[in-house]
Amino acid sequence: MSVDLILFFVLALVAVAAAIGMLVSQNAIYSALFLVINFATVAVFYLLLGAPFIAMAQITVYAGAIMVLFLFVIMLLGAEKLAPGKVLRYQRPLAISLAIVLVAEAAYLLIARVQSTAAIVPPTEATNTVDAMRELGMALFSDYLLPFEVTSILLLVAMVGAIVLTKREKGEQ
Amino acid sequence: MGPVPVTYYIALSAILFTIGALGVLIRRNALIIFMSVELMLNSANLAFVAFANTYQQLNGQIIVFFVIAVAAAEVAVGLALIVAIFKTKHSIDVDQMSSLKG
Repeated sequence: MSVDLILFFVLALVAVAAAIGMLVSQNAIYSALFLVINFATVAVFYLLLGAPFIAMAQITVYAGAIMVLFLFVIMLLGAEKLAPGKVLRYQRPLAISLAIVLVAEAAYLLIARVQSTAAIVPPTEATNTVDAMRELGMALFSDYLLPFEVTSILLLVAMVGAIVLTKREKGEQ
Repeated sequence: MGPVPVTYYIALSAILFTIGALGVLIRRNALIIFMSVELMLNSANLAFVAFANTYQQLNGQIIVFFVIAVAAAEVAVGLALIVAIFKTKHSIDVDQMSSLKG
């Protein structure tokens, strides 16, 4: 067992445990905090995969902005827990069996079909330099310039949409 | 046994995606369903970065950058919708959102 493999398995265990914790928590605040742990471990995976820029974007945008927004809305609505209502009866076993089918399909594809022996290239000194970052920026502003600009319009539309949706209408209390 | 095979990362991505799909199917709280969608987006990102590393291409990382930007926009609008629904229904239970009449 190399250090890389041990690191992978420990982090994978943390990521899956945090995801399951999010799934089963009754309190929405705990779910959000479990999801922050999951995002942080995925950011470490990005570092191991030699993508430091994406790792930092993951921490600032996902674990920072998005999850703070989630926590803010949960506390604003006071909706940590749902009032006990009618329980889903047949959906739960059905969903779990469908999820098992999905995992089995993925396992079949990975084990039986993919004959890939490709291994992850560990990050070197060069992946964490400014030059590597510059290369990413150059690709973003040359080959992917149009999608980049469209993304800015998308963010503007989302901002306007969020304001319109939560705006108090005239005559409303 | 030296470096980590790329299939391990894809398997982890598949497991995380399934947990997210399960969350969408079995939870009734709209906020937790939304978090599960974020988890699924995130697992897809992990697969993208793993393949970007295997083929030593930057394209995968750039796609992930765009997915993160789209996720941020989606969260802003989605949470605004949840707040608007809470104002009229006083609940975020998805079972209560069954009628089209306000």
